[in-house]
Amino acid sequence: MIYCLVLMALIEFTKRGIYCKQGDFYVDPWWPVDYAVTTHGHSDHVRFGNKHYLCHTLTKPIIKRRISEDLNVETLNYGESIVRNGVNISFYPAGHIIGSAQVRLEYKGEICVISGDYKTEDDGISDIFEPIKCHSFVSESTFGLPVYKWQKQDLVFDKIKSWVSDNIPQQKTSVLIAYSLGKAQRLIKNLAGSVPIYVHNSIANLNEVIINAGVNLPETIRITPETTKDELQRGIVIVPPAMRDSRWIKNLSHPVTGICSGWMQVRAHRRWQSADAGFALSDHADWTGLMDAITATGAEKVYVTHGFTAAFSRFLNDEGIESEEVMTKFGQEDDEENKVDLADGENQKKETENISAE
Amino acid sequence: MKRFAKLIQQLELSNKTNDKIAALVDYFNFADDKDKIWVIALFTGKKPRRPIKSALLKYWAIEITQTPEWLFSESYSNVGDLSETIALLLPPAEKTSDIQLHKWIENLHDLEGKDDETKKDFILNAWNTLETQERFIFNKLISGNFRIGVSNKMLVNALAKQSSLDSAQIMHSIMGKWNPYEITFTELINGAHVNTDNSWPYPFCLAYALEQEPEKLGDIAEWQAEWKWDGIRGQIVKRNGELFIWSRGEELVTEQFPELHFLINILPDGAVLDGEILAVQDKQVLSFSTLQQRLNRKTISKKQLEDAPIGFFVYDILEFEANDFREHPLSERRKILEQLIGSLDESAVILSPVIKCKTWEELAELRQTSRSINSEGIMLKKLSSHYHSGRKRGDWWKWKINPYTVDAVMIYAQKGSGRRANFFTDYTFAVRDGENLVTIAKAYSGLTDKEIKEVNSFVTKNAIEKFGPVRTVKPELVFEIAFEGIAESKRHKAGLALRFPRILRWRKDKKAAEINTLDDLRQLLASTFIND
Repeated sequence: MIYCLVLMALIEFTKRGIYCKQGDFYVDPWWPVDYAVTTHGHSDHVRFGNKHYLCHTLTKPIIKRRISEDLNVETLNYGESIVRNGVNISFYPAGHIIGSAQVRLEYKGEICVISGDYKTEDDGISDIFEPIKCHSFVSESTFGLPVYKWQKQDLVFDKIKSWVSDNIPQQKTSVLIAYSLGKAQRLIKNLAGSVPIYVHNSIANLNEVIINAGVNLPETIRITPETTKDELQRGIVIVPPAMRDSRWIKNLSHPVTGICSGWMQVRAHRRWQSADAGFALSDHADWTGLMDAITATGAEKVYVTHGFTAAFSRFLNDEGIESEEVMTKFGQEDDEENKVDLADGENQKKETENISAE
Repeated sequence: MKRFAKLIQQLELSNKTNDKIAALVDYFNFADDKDKIWVIALFTGKKPRRPIKSALLKYWAIEITQTPEWLFSESYSNVGDLSETIALLLPPAEKTSDIQLHKWIENLHDLEGKDDETKKDFILNAWNTLETQERFIFNKLISGNFRIGVSNKMLVNALAKQSSLDSAQIMHSIMGKWNPYEITFTELINGAHVNTDNSWPYPFCLAYALEQEPEKLGDIAEWQAEWKWDGIRGQIVKRNGELFIWSRGEELVTEQFPELHFLINILPDGAVLDGEILAVQDKQVLSFSTLQQRLNRKTISKKQLEDAPIGFFVYDILEFEANDFREHPLSERRKILEQLIGSLDESAVILSPVIKCKTWEELAELRQTSRSINSEGIMLKKLSSHYHSGRKRGDWWKWKINPYTVDAVMIYAQKGSGRRANFFTDYTFAVRDGENLVTIAKAYSGLTDKEIKEVNSFVTKNAIEKFGPVRTVKPELVFEIAFEGIAESKRHKAGLALRFPRILRWRKDKKAAEINTLDDLRQLLASTFIND
């Protein structure tokens, strides 16, 4: 495992994150820096305290809403570029969530692409992942084992829809647990139609921001204290992971919870979540997606970050693609897939206190 | 197969007994009778014949998916189950099939004696017609056990609900000897192959914990005191020449304990004994951990019989000469029991001794020695008491000794297996020895799922070093460890070993600086020597 390594030229992995010396900027740093190039709006990739942010146009309102209105943010559209200290920086779709970008760096003919988080399947709401030719590629490996191969999302959404339509006549309330940025909008886009969708405040707020930015998102209903249990029972309820096991859910009429996460592919994970249903739906590339994406870049060197780094980079090396695992802090705190897995401590603590107070 | 796959999915998704029973009832209402037979067989541990070794399945899966063997192992350790790993690795099926469960089992059976090529063709073709979940089950039929949290009792309750038959009868039927290739579903649940009139047990009489001074119970002369044994409470039923052993979970466990089968020649017909199944050697009770080697096994090896011999400590007699004796006072029942069992000189069946004491103080003092004979305290039973059904306050009390406890800090964590394969669930704990930390125990039980997740998250963030599956973590989390005894040990660096350590609670209120020291434990060790 290499923690701090100086490479050929363009990027190095430092304690603060991925650093480009020639351009003097960081990509998704986890400690405050002067200039932070930001791949997407999930909180393990964008943090408070940087002097300048560069992100995709659609990510700007999201991080302003989530972090602070006062952020100093420059934006690029996909395919656009700026030059910083001689380094050409451009953005290409990563297909992970709305506004997610791969960062392409070019300096004196040397090209490096940092993928951030990505998936190769069209989710119907994010711009579709676009492979970029490069010399070196930084790839995530959240699901870098061959047992993680997703079904087409249409099949998964059919399963979710049939789960909901079984629940409604049985007087059960269908509650889907999904990260408020990304997974929630993907569910809304693909489930909208037959029954009304009710969303938690934190999701409704983000939806507002996303719709104002010009994204076409189907209509949803914000849950308020006035929303009745009967209404919710006849619809689909979407709440963020922090609401799991909450008393609010327990008080619904016969609530049944469904978790939408790539981890739900495996029985052991499904059984760990005391959810009533698990749907393997991920915003990260599966094994096939990772391999396809990496092959398409034609990269001579692949840096493997968060996930099954050791196994995945060993496999790449065996396949003749030079690869190295790199320790990062991505996916450790707020990544949506991990959040489902390692439910957030704060919330649990509160819940435990509530329970012991009863 | 699809119906069975759906049943397995439903059983796995719910933690609620009622949901599981509902899913089973639903299945038994609609499934093919021949399939039902096999579901009962699989859930009660009757394996179909297995014509193919699981190593071959793995080999073929590796071959057709062209997965390197090390990557297969990585995947397996993440998934935690061989059948499932194979099911997930294979490419999607190109065909579909509607072959029923029993048909698959019969087809597998027919493979016996065939050459490897024929077997391989059959398996590859099956994989190519089954969906992931069905494939997983198919692989399990060949190579694994269905451990999905369905106890025999749960299965029986579902069958009773679905058929409106008596649950004890069904328990007897399905625990009896039957051949799933031959019996019909109706024959099976009606017990055509057994005589269910012979086996029925009585509800156990249970005791409440004594929370007051024993003096408040009145004159000690009105009470019978016995050792409280920590084993498996059981009932032995002998009627019409047949012998049955029931556990407190209302499961028939006759086959698990061959040491007790000789009673069939000793007990008169129409006799029911209440007692405790314990690990016993030379009439002395061994630790519970020894007994554990014998529990929940479908088959018992010679070595297990030698390493962990069991015996039955008899407490009470509920039926004698085919008469229900439960309404007779304990003193009378005890007399009959002494006549029946007292004269036996058997190492496997022992009359649980009555402790004679003139005063409560004397008894309290004796109670302190409980641990030295692997007892967990004292039972107090009123001499005039009936044998009640279930728990009734006032007549029977358990007066347990408290476990020892120590506050220790977690220093290593290791991932569990099976259901817990992806979480750090096995922890090693240490106490302070001057400036150093010295390990004293390993424990994995005692935390809630929620707490395990929290600890898991801590381990992920605070791992210092990685030795294979083990992580060294920052010594920060303090736990109260309960244990039943302490002994000198040359194998452990601390020079002592704790018996039966388990996590009592997570002391979030304590810092690592406040944990116990090795000296504290040494003192405890010294004081227990004096007791002996």
